[in-house]
Amino acid sequence: MLARTADNLFWVSRYLERADFLARLIEASSRIAALPTAYAGAQDEWKSVLIASGADETFFDHFDKADEANVIAFLAFDQRNPSSIRNCIEFARTNARAVRTALTVEMWEGINCAWLELRKFEAAHEAHGHIDREELIGFLDYVKTTSSLYDGSGYRSMLRNDAYYFSRLGVYVERADNTARVLDVKYHVLLPEQETVGGSVDYFQWSAILRSVSALTAYHWVYRESIKAWNVADLLILRPEMPRSLISCYDNIVRFLDAIAGQYGRQGASQRHARNIKRHLEGASIGEIFQSGLHEFVEAFVTENNRLGSQITEQYLIG
Amino acid sequence: MTFQKAIAPMTAPCFDEMNGGGSESPSEPRALYGRIARWLENAPRGLLESRRQQAEMLFRRIGITFAVYGDKEAAERLIPFDIIPRLLGHDEWRRLEVGLIQRVKALNMFLTDVYGAQEIIRAGVVPAGLVLRNPAYRPELQGRRVPHDIWTHIAGIDVIRVDGEDFYVLEDNCRTPSGVSYMLENREMMIRLAPDLFADHRVLPVENYPDALLASLRSVAPPHCPGEPNIVVLTPGQFNSAYYEHSFLADKLGVELVEGRDLAVRDDVVYMRTTEGLKRVDVIYRRVDDDFLDPLAFRADSVLGAAGLMGAYLAGNVTLANAVGAGVADDKAIYTYMPEIIRFYLGEEPKLKNVATWRCREPDALKYVLDHLHELVVKEVNGSGGYGMLVGPHASKEQIEAFRQKLTSAPEGFIAQPTLSLSTCPTSFPGGVAPRHVDLRPFVLSGADGVRIVPGGLTRVALKEGSLVVNSSQGGGTKDTWVLETDAATQ
Repeated sequence: MLARTADNLFWVSRYLERADFLARLIEASSRIAALPTAYAGAQDEWKSVLIASGADETFFDHFDKADEANVIAFLAFDQRNPSSIRNCIEFARTNARAVRTALTVEMWEGINCAWLELRKFEAAHEAHGHIDREELIGFLDYVKTTSSLYDGSGYRSMLRNDAYYFSRLGVYVERADNTARVLDVKYHVLLPEQETVGGSVDYFQWSAILRSVSALTAYHWVYRESIKAWNVADLLILRPEMPRSLISCYDNIVRFLDAIAGQYGRQGASQRHARNIKRHLEGASIGEIFQSGLHEFVEAFVTENNRLGSQITEQYLIG
Repeated sequence: MTFQKAIAPMTAPCFDEMNGGGSESPSEPRALYGRIARWLENAPRGLLESRRQQAEMLFRRIGITFAVYGDKEAAERLIPFDIIPRLLGHDEWRRLEVGLIQRVKALNMFLTDVYGAQEIIRAGVVPAGLVLRNPAYRPELQGRRVPHDIWTHIAGIDVIRVDGEDFYVLEDNCRTPSGVSYMLENREMMIRLAPDLFADHRVLPVENYPDALLASLRSVAPPHCPGEPNIVVLTPGQFNSAYYEHSFLADKLGVELVEGRDLAVRDDVVYMRTTEGLKRVDVIYRRVDDDFLDPLAFRADSVLGAAGLMGAYLAGNVTLANAVGAGVADDKAIYTYMPEIIRFYLGEEPKLKNVATWRCREPDALKYVLDHLHELVVKEVNGSGGYGMLVGPHASKEQIEAFRQKLTSAPEGFIAQPTLSLSTCPTSFPGGVAPRHVDLRPFVLSGADGVRIVPGGLTRVALKEGSLVVNSSQGGGTKDTWVLETDAATQ
C-alpha cells in the first residue's frame, strides 16, 4: 500500500484515541474539581491535567491562569492547541478524507458524522460565548462514542491486511503514551509512602486516574478490594488483561508489527524494538518498579514508545 | 396541489423534456414521461421536499461535496440534487450514442494528426495558428505516438436539445472531465428514494462504468509493460474541487489514489512510494492538468505533479490518461471546426449538430457579434466552468460594455453563439415544481478495443428560473438520467 495511506491510517487512529483520552481526562478531573476541598487533595488539578495532555506549554502562551474554564476550553475546543479535541477530530477527518479509499464506508461515515457534529457543538458554543456544563457532558460523550464507532466499525468491516494493521498500531502506540502520561503526572499520589490508612484524599485521586483510562470498574474485577496505589500502578502497567495497560498495548503492538512483517516477508528495526520493550515489561514486577522509581520508569517508557513511533515512520510511512 | 398549478411561467417558450413543444400549454405529457407526470400529480404535499432533504442528508454523510473556487465559506458545498429524473427513450439514446462515438473517434484522429503528420493543417481545413499557437498545444508531443493512438480516453461531451429531434454538442471536454461520480451516486440515490418509480421504468444500468473505465485503462498500458499493469488515479489532493470524485473512482476501480508526492521517477520509470518501497506504475488516470504534471517540464512552482514524469511519459514507460496535450481538441475555437474535422477524417456527415458559432477572430464575425451582444452568448476560447462568459439577454448594460471592451482589444480570445433555448425538465424547488433548463454530459471511454459508453450521463440543471448556466460552480444542480428500455413514443 501507499506509504502515505499507511501514515494517514496510523494517524487517524492516533488522533481519535487521543481525543477519547482527553475526553475521559476532562471528565475525571471535573469530578475531582467538584469535590469539597477537604477531599480534593492537590489544588493544582487543572495544571496537572494540562501536563498529562502535553498541552501545558502552549496553554501558558495564551492564558495566565489554569482554572477549570480556561483549561477545558483549551483542551476541548481551542484551535490554537494542536492537540485539542476539536483539532484531533478535524485532523482525523482530514487524514481520513485523504485515504478514503482505504477506509470502509462505515469508518468514513463515523468520522465524517463526528466532524459534522463537532461543527454543531462549536456553533452552539459560539452562540453562548461560554461552555455550558450540560453541553460539555454531551460533547465528551459524543467524542467517546466516535472513537468507539470508528474502532468498532474498523474491527467489524476492514480486511485483515496491512491497512488494518497500521490502523491498529496507531491506536496502541497512542494509548500506551496516554496511559504512561497519566501515570507520570500522578506518580506522586501513587507512591507508597504517601499512602495513609484510610487516606480519603488520595483515594479520589486514584479513582480519577482509573476513570481517565476507563479502568475503574475493571480495577474491582481484577483486585476485588478497595483502591490502593500499588494496585493502580500494577493494573496500568503490568496487567495483560487490562486493555489500556502498557503491557497490553505492547502485546498488541508486537502482534500487529509481526503481522505487517509477515505480510511483507521482512522484519525490521521497529519489530525488534517493540519486542524489547515488551520483554522488559514482562520481566518487571511492580515492587521493583517502585523501588527503582516509578517516575523514572514511566519517563523511560515514554521515551522508548516515542522512539518506536519514529521507527515505524521511518520503516514504513515515508516510502 | 397538482403539478400543473405549480408550474412557474416560462421566460421563453422552449422544448420541455416532459411536455414537448411548449411547456406553457401542457396538454398532454410526452408518452415517455407518462408515469413521471402521474407520479408528480399524485405525490402527496411535501413528498418531494422531504425526499430532497433526505438526499441532502445522505450526500453530506457520504461526503459527496464540491469545493467552489473563490468561496471560502462554502469550502464543502453540496451540488443540489433534484429528485425528478430526466428521461431518454431508447431510440433517442441510440441516436445520441452513435453521434458520440463518431465525434470521439474524430477527436482522437484529430489529435493523432496534429501531433503527427498535420494533414488537416496542410489541407487548409483548420488554420495552423489555431493549433500550433494554442495554449493547450504541447510542442513536446509533436512527432510522438501514444498507445493505440488514443489521446482522449475519457471524454465528456456536453449536449443539449432545443427540440425533440436533434442533439447539439455545446462543448467537448477532452482533458479531465468530471461529474461521473454524480452520475453513479445520483442513481444510487434514486433507487433509495424513489424505489417504486425506478422499478416501474426499467432503466438501463450505469453501474458498470468503473469496470468499463478499468478495461479501457488496462488496454492502453505501455506495450512493453511487464505483467499486469499497475494503474493509479492521480489527484491534486483533497482541496481540489473534484476530490470526492477522484477518491470515489479509485475506490470503485480498486486502484491506489496517489498524489504527486507519492510518485518518484527513476531512470524514466514512474514508481509509487509504498510501505514496501518503490512500486512501478504503468497507467496513470490523471486528474491533474497538463501544466501541473511535472515541475521540470511545465510549471516549475507546481507541487501537484512529479518531477521527471514527462521524461518517463515521452520514453513510453507510462501511459497518461488523458494524454498530455489533448486539450488542443476541446478548445472553443477548434470546436467551431468540428463538423469539418469529422468530414475530413471519417468522410461522414456529423450525426450530432454543432451550435452556430461566430469566431471573433474573423473580422466579419466580430462586427456581427459587437452589433448583437445583447442577444448572444460570448465565451472565452480558453475558459471553462462557466467562468468569463457573457449571456447577452441576461446581462446588464455595464456587463455588455465591459465585454465590448474585451472583444475589441483581443477578439481572437472569444467566440459567440446564439442564446439557445435549452430544453427544460420539470424540477422541484421548495414550494413546487417548475421547468428548468438542462443539458447532458455523457462520458465516452476510448480504449484499444473500441469505444464504450454507459447509457446515461450527468444531467445538469440550472436551478434559477430562466437561467441557462448549468455549471455546478455557478449554482447548477444535477438529476439522474434514465435511459429506458423502451422507445420514446412507447406508452
